[in-house]
Amino acid sequence: MSLAKVTQVKGLALAVPGDDIDTDRIIPARFLRCVTFDGLGEHAFRDERTGPDGLERPHPMNSAQAARIAAAKQGVMVVGFNFGCGSSREHAPQSLWRFGFTAFVGGSFAEIFFGNSTTLGVPCLTLSKDDLAECDAFVRANPEVEVTVDVQNLVVTAGAKSWKASIAASARDGLINGKWDPIADLLEGAPAVDQTAGTLAYVVGK
Amino acid sequence: MAKTLFQKVWEAHTVRQLPNGQTQLFIGTHLIHEVTSPQAFGMLRDLGLKVKYPQRTFATVDHIVPTNELKEPYSDPIAQEMIEALRKNTKDFGIRFFDTNTGTQGIVHMVGPEQGITQPGTTIACGDSHTATHGAFGAIAFGIGTTQVRDVLATQTLALSALKVRRIEVNGQLSPGVYAKDVILHIIRVLGVNGGIGYAYEYAGTTFDGFSLEERMTVCNMSIEGGARCGYVNPDQKTFDYIKGKPYAPKAADWDAAVARWASFASDAGCRYDDVVQFNAAEIRPTVTWGITPGQAIFIDEKMPALESLNAADRATAEDAYKHMKLAPDTAIKGTKVDVCFLGSCTNGRISDLREVAKYLKGRKVSPNVKAIVVPGSQLTAIQAVHEGLDKIYIEAGFEWRGAGCSMCLAMNPDKLVGDQLCASSSNRNFKGRQGSQTGRTILMSPLMVAAAAITGQVTDAREVFTV
Ligand code: SF4
Repeated sequence: MSLAKVTQVKGLALAVPGDDIDTDRIIPARFLRCVTFDGLGEHAFRDERTGPDGLERPHPMNSAQAARIAAAKQGVMVVGFNFGCGSSREHAPQSLWRFGFTAFVGGSFAEIFFGNSTTLGVPCLTLSKDDLAECDAFVRANPEVEVTVDVQNLVVTAGAKSWKASIAASARDGLINGKWDPIADLLEGAPAVDQTAGTLAYVVGK
Repeated sequence: MAKTLFQKVWEAHTVRQLPNGQTQLFIGTHLIHEVTSPQAFGMLRDLGLKVKYPQRTFATVDHIVPTNELKEPYSDPIAQEMIEALRKNTKDFGIRFFDTNTGTQGIVHMVGPEQGITQPGTTIACGDSHTATHGAFGAIAFGIGTTQVRDVLATQTLALSALKVRRIEVNGQLSPGVYAKDVILHIIRVLGVNGGIGYAYEYAGTTFDGFSLEERMTVCNMSIEGGARCGYVNPDQKTFDYIKGKPYAPKAADWDAAVARWASFASDAGCRYDDVVQFNAAEIRPTVTWGITPGQAIFIDEKMPALESLNAADRATAEDAYKHMKLAPDTAIKGTKVDVCFLGSCTNGRISDLREVAKYLKGRKVSPNVKAIVVPGSQLTAIQAVHEGLDKIYIEAGFEWRGAGCSMCLAMNPDKLVGDQLCASSSNRNFKGRQGSQTGRTILMSPLMVAAAAITGQVTDAREVFTV
């Protein structure tokens, strides 16, 4: 399986502020009633974007900037801390990715969300608290400026600004080497897997 | 060298190191349900792959099951489609399915323990973040995403990095009317909703030693609400007694060897932890959430925090929370009117929960302004409860008695809040919109506190309603 090497993601950026944004907010549970991920993009942040009255509410995802990202099918979402906490639903990164986001920059990410995104080839980079505040302010003030998320060199740049970023070494390695989907490596280990299985009493049926 | 249970299980299941530095970890037990598995089977088919060890994957259906409708086809065609997709996938790939007509269906985190599939010293994965529940048995259990469900199906392994281990010690006796649910809500309140990122939580201390397996499950269940992907309790005699005789428990000649093996996985005395935190059980009081994250919690007799008392980061979330919850800072939560009471979920939908509440419910009546439902987490639980006559106690008190499933824990089935209804809930998440209405409000609490709210129609201290 050959996958694209994700060394760098470039695109317009959208700030979606707030800490502890959970996966129920990213994709409400009713949209999990499906057997494929198709069509999830349009429902990302649905209940934040649309009021109970069915009318649009002010939300970054309703902005012209979001529409530009959706049209380009590439873009960077700048988020707060503990983004993607809550359930394990891969529907959350799937919906944002299908909407058009191809990278996330934030203060911290919930672990399952981070793993699910990485497996889609979507990097989640972390900035320090102060840098994140600056980055967030910059992208709001300069929506037309493209942001570059450099996974190889661990830096986020926008115009003349740049911020040092970090990501788990294994995730970086997978992304830049085109091995962000681990299935090929895992399949390769099959003989060793059988060996391990043979040592586990409960697996061999005891 | 002295090791933690986490290290021992990790080592026993390590297949090899992957080129990116992660571990290829053998997953001995894989649990699947209808929501996060269909896409994984789709990916498997697209790649032309088979299920590597079909006998190590077990399926059930829980999230979409309408708990007020026992016959198929369900009136909801999507629910019907999802259950049928799982039937087909399990049949095509030779996977055991605890289907609705078997008397064994239920919330996936209840079915594993009930069947004796959940065992100490094993690795368990499931496409559901509350998989840590199984850690109550001394298993290392992870919630995973759908692509990882595919990985486990195809290879029986996952690419993972080892976690640090934080020992959370709770010592002493809980006061009457204080439950395992209060313990975990309190832990999350103190350590924060992201305090557990990067950690496995080892729950220990005399309070946990005294807990039943069901109480341990309640605590391990909510590890993820504290940010920890997995949580566990070291196995002991209670663990072995619970498993004994269950359908998938080791039999006859294998039993003693299994027990010896299980016991050997417990953390060694003198092992090194990355962090240790201690709590005194006697200081924990009945706890309720007031906000939109499980960490926004207080003791029932406390006031909700004043905004000025919070640091800047917490204040923004708190303001959002107060607005959503329609509650006021620096006031009491006691006395807040409730509309719906939900007793159930993989946190508190077990037989011990149903028994405990029933003990106090006899002769009491649900407030006429409240809709109260009780949803056994599994069919086996429901059958046992009916056998003990618990259903009658609930029905007489004015609760609706339902079939097994996730029900109002999340909005994937007909049980939903309407408008800004406020729900006193024994479940695990109070996120905005979690219970199916965008403006719906959730207050998490113990089952007995839910019952007290049902009777009085308000958020109440159960210790004032019942003689505990
Ligand atoms: S009861 Fe709730 S938390 Fe548990 S598996 Fe079902 S939906 Fe998830």
